[in-house]
Amino acid sequence: MTPTFRLSVIALAAATAFCAATAARADDAARVQLSIKDHKFDPAEPTAPAGKPIVIALTNLDPTPVELESKQLRVEKVVAGGGAIVVNVRALPPGRYRFFDDYHEATTFGFLVVR
Amino acid sequence: MLGALIIVFREAIEAGIIVGIVLAATKGAPGSRLTAAIGVAVGVLGASLVAAFAGALANALQGVGQELFNAAILSLAVVMLAWHNLWMARHGRALAADARRLGEEVKSGARPLFALGVVVAVAVMREGSEVALFLYGLIAAGGTTSADLLLGSALGLAAGATLSAATYFGLAAIPARRLFGVTSALIAFLAAGLSSQAANFLQQAGVAPWFADAAWDTSAILSDTSLIGRVLHTLVGYSDQPSELQALVYAATLAAIFALSRTFAHRAPAPRPAPAGEMS
Repeated sequence: MTPTFRLSVIALAAATAFCAATAARADDAARVQLSIKDHKFDPAEPTAPAGKPIVIALTNLDPTPVELESKQLRVEKVVAGGGAIVVNVRALPPGRYRFFDDYHEATTFGFLVVR
Repeated sequence: MLGALIIVFREAIEAGIIVGIVLAATKGAPGSRLTAAIGVAVGVLGASLVAAFAGALANALQGVGQELFNAAILSLAVVMLAWHNLWMARHGRALAADARRLGEEVKSGARPLFALGVVVAVAVMREGSEVALFLYGLIAAGGTTSADLLLGSALGLAAGATLSAATYFGLAAIPARRLFGVTSALIAFLAAGLSSQAANFLQQAGVAPWFADAAWDTSAILSDTSLIGRVLHTLVGYSDQPSELQALVYAATLAAIFALSRTFAHRAPAPRPAPAGEMS
């Protein structure tokens, strides 16, 4: 299984290189703070400036896990019960972007208002 | 209960289809069932671990641990799928020349079963970790509805297993001479789709900020969250709003696998009319 092993090592090395690259991420991103409690986003309609990368920080105050998802924001990330995550969003043109909890898509959602 | 069934089934679709394709691609090879079973078992174990440490994983590597982990294991699956196809291209020409010999060579055990076992494990781990998290959530929430939701989850898993079986039997019905070509093509598209997903995770992690705009938006025609959309998402990597980078990575992966397969096929020994043919 030498070729397999070698290929695996290359793949992991590439991933590690990418990890190192994250350290150089832009710090000028706009920050949006969100929390979720009783399966409701707070604020439900956060705002962010247009044309700047956005970092969304989500704190899950419920004991159940949440999967923050948005097609338009291209976000898909799990946050454990009582946990917190940050997600990176590219610079966006003005608009209303829907996001939701993938486990409760119909009832737990919000809009990121970019202006 | 229906809600739980749908959530679990949705996650089981991708893993189910991939397991079905792998079983069909390795049909007849000794140890292939065992390899797939071990792959599933490793995947379930991995999924439970990923779910149990979801919080730690999310916070690792400056908050992008989850994305990079997903990108890494998806890349691993892509490499394994590509390797399988190159191996098949190398040997497939000789195999196709003699349908009877096909069985013998395949049964010699030289096939990269290990590669496909890894793919099964990755698929089950990726999709399974979300199911495991969902189940943890149910248990954490407790109450009288939990039993109902657990039943729904079990039915969702059963539906996923049924889809897996349907994929396998659908492919297994293809004549052996054609099966290699069909599964190789399926695997190439599967690999391209997974590499595009890996690119998406790298973009989410902020390490690949290029070409982030949507290449197209076909969500009004076919949403990738619909059942058909999800099946196509797995089979050919369909996405209704992919980034330009995702589209580029998809095309590059597909082109690379086909080009390399072609090169390998040309270098492969020519079909032998007699058993004692010369190697070129």
